[in-house]
Amino acid sequence: MNTFKQHSVLPGFNLALGFTLLYLSLIVLIPLAAAFIRTAELTWPEFWATVTTPRVLASYRLTFGASFAAALTNALFGLLVAWVLVRYHFPGKRLVDALIDLPFALPTAVAGIALTALYAGNGWIGQLLEPLGIKVAFTPIGVYVALTFIGLPFVVRTVQPVLEDIETELEEAAAMLGANRLQTFLRIILPTIFPALMTGFALALARAIGEYGSVIFIAGNMPMISEITPLLIITKLEQYDYAGATAIAVVMLIISFVLLLIINLLQWWSRRRNALA
Amino acid sequence: MTTITISHPSKSQQAAITQEPAWVRWILIGIALAFLTLFLFVPLVSVFYEALKKGVDVYFAAITEPDALAAIKLTLTATAIAVPLNLVFGVAAAWAITKFEFRGKNVLITLIDLPFSVSPVVAGLIYVLVFGLQGWLGPWLAEHDLKVIFAVPGIVLATIFVTVPFIARELIPLMQAQGTEEEEAAVVLGANGWQTLWNITLPNIKWGLLYGIILCNARAMGEFGAVSVVSGHIRGSTNTLPLHVEILYNEYNFAAAFAVASLLALLALITLAIKTFVESKVTQQKHTTKLKENNHEH
Repeated sequence: MNTFKQHSVLPGFNLALGFTLLYLSLIVLIPLAAAFIRTAELTWPEFWATVTTPRVLASYRLTFGASFAAALTNALFGLLVAWVLVRYHFPGKRLVDALIDLPFALPTAVAGIALTALYAGNGWIGQLLEPLGIKVAFTPIGVYVALTFIGLPFVVRTVQPVLEDIETELEEAAAMLGANRLQTFLRIILPTIFPALMTGFALALARAIGEYGSVIFIAGNMPMISEITPLLIITKLEQYDYAGATAIAVVMLIISFVLLLIINLLQWWSRRRNALA
Repeated sequence: MTTITISHPSKSQQAAITQEPAWVRWILIGIALAFLTLFLFVPLVSVFYEALKKGVDVYFAAITEPDALAAIKLTLTATAIAVPLNLVFGVAAAWAITKFEFRGKNVLITLIDLPFSVSPVVAGLIYVLVFGLQGWLGPWLAEHDLKVIFAVPGIVLATIFVTVPFIARELIPLMQAQGTEEEEAAVVLGANGWQTLWNITLPNIKWGLLYGIILCNARAMGEFGAVSVVSGHIRGSTNTLPLHVEILYNEYNFAAAFAVASLLALLALITLAIKTFVESKVTQQKHTTKLKENNHEH
């Protein structure tokens, strides 16, 4: 016990940690283990065949492609929004700042039907795009739009505090030494916020890959074309194909765990970079 | 600009050197606002527009019909169970993690965050694997005439799963910043653990706690994917508000779907308003903590 925990005068360690572990095990860890144990009932070739059918592979391509494009969009515009909110003043700034978190607070189903109504052929935005030959609703572009919406706050909220903490002295020094604003941004500011930017990107990507509610309304859900991986799990469940659903879920879980590991490493890097700065 | 005197830089010159020209600023602000308008504001406004398009009567009829009321009741029930449980969990986890030093702490913090990175659909599925008819406990539950999947307990469990981290992850950094000195003083002076928690710790973390509860509450009421897998979609009995929206929408009853959705959007806006208010309080609290630290040092 001595090597496990340092001595403290405060009481309640055993009770607090015991309850924490019990609760986590019952709610999170044992059910998650169920997915892996159920999959172990399949042989390796069976498992591999289930998770690599053409329809499943098409769903990975869509899920990862759209998630990556959405996270990239959010990295670019999220950085811009964070910059504008930290550095500039404009009317309504506080309101805009408060509304950034809307995608966190708005239930995904509500976002899903709202985006679908907007981008459908007769919707506010859809009727502007339709004459240009761009169809968004019920196509893979719709998936991208929904994933961009739900990932919007991540980059803004990870970059914003780092930008706020940057001391302007370095920028002043760079300007004194003859750098223009773009050079100062690329050489001084961007390296400082880069770990936070990457963290935000990874968080948005992780969220997008698992997303379901906002996507299914706008996607059209055509097999091989606009069907995301989480929907495929549900389809298999509805056909009572528990083994198939679980095998795909395990693939998604492994990807989530790898992303979680990367996010933790990025956050550690970000903290270290800021501590040094 | 060539007349900058380095020894006495005026306020405006100081600003100018680290600021972009006005036209660059306004273009950047313009692009940022255009992006936010397209992806945030227009979708939000459209929810209320579509909800009220067919008139106020249709709107109120949609949110007061029996199935909608049953959905509201179920959503409130699931939230009323999930949020307090995760509150107790959050305080216990934060107490263990921030007031003591032990091995494996970082692993524990990562495990608490785990539900955030699991797809909601997978979250629902794992409960089917445990409690469903084909699941580990399925046969036993069936023998005792208990139903978890396609019933209210499953919905509650799925809601708890997706909201586990919210309160814990708000409290851990806050309590870490506050340290253990005040609690140690209380214990040395003779207070027991519960008295210390109630009289010292909770008042110190009240705003952070409220912040976590609000976010947890919003997610609990709005969860869709996980609940959808375990619900069974039985109208009037296992339909939560977001699932009710889906059913109405799939029946092409758009006005009613958006009317119910507008209730959830309203909830989101209230959440954001309280959150913004509490955020300023949390910043204040962190600030006083810092001031206290500085006073100790001097």
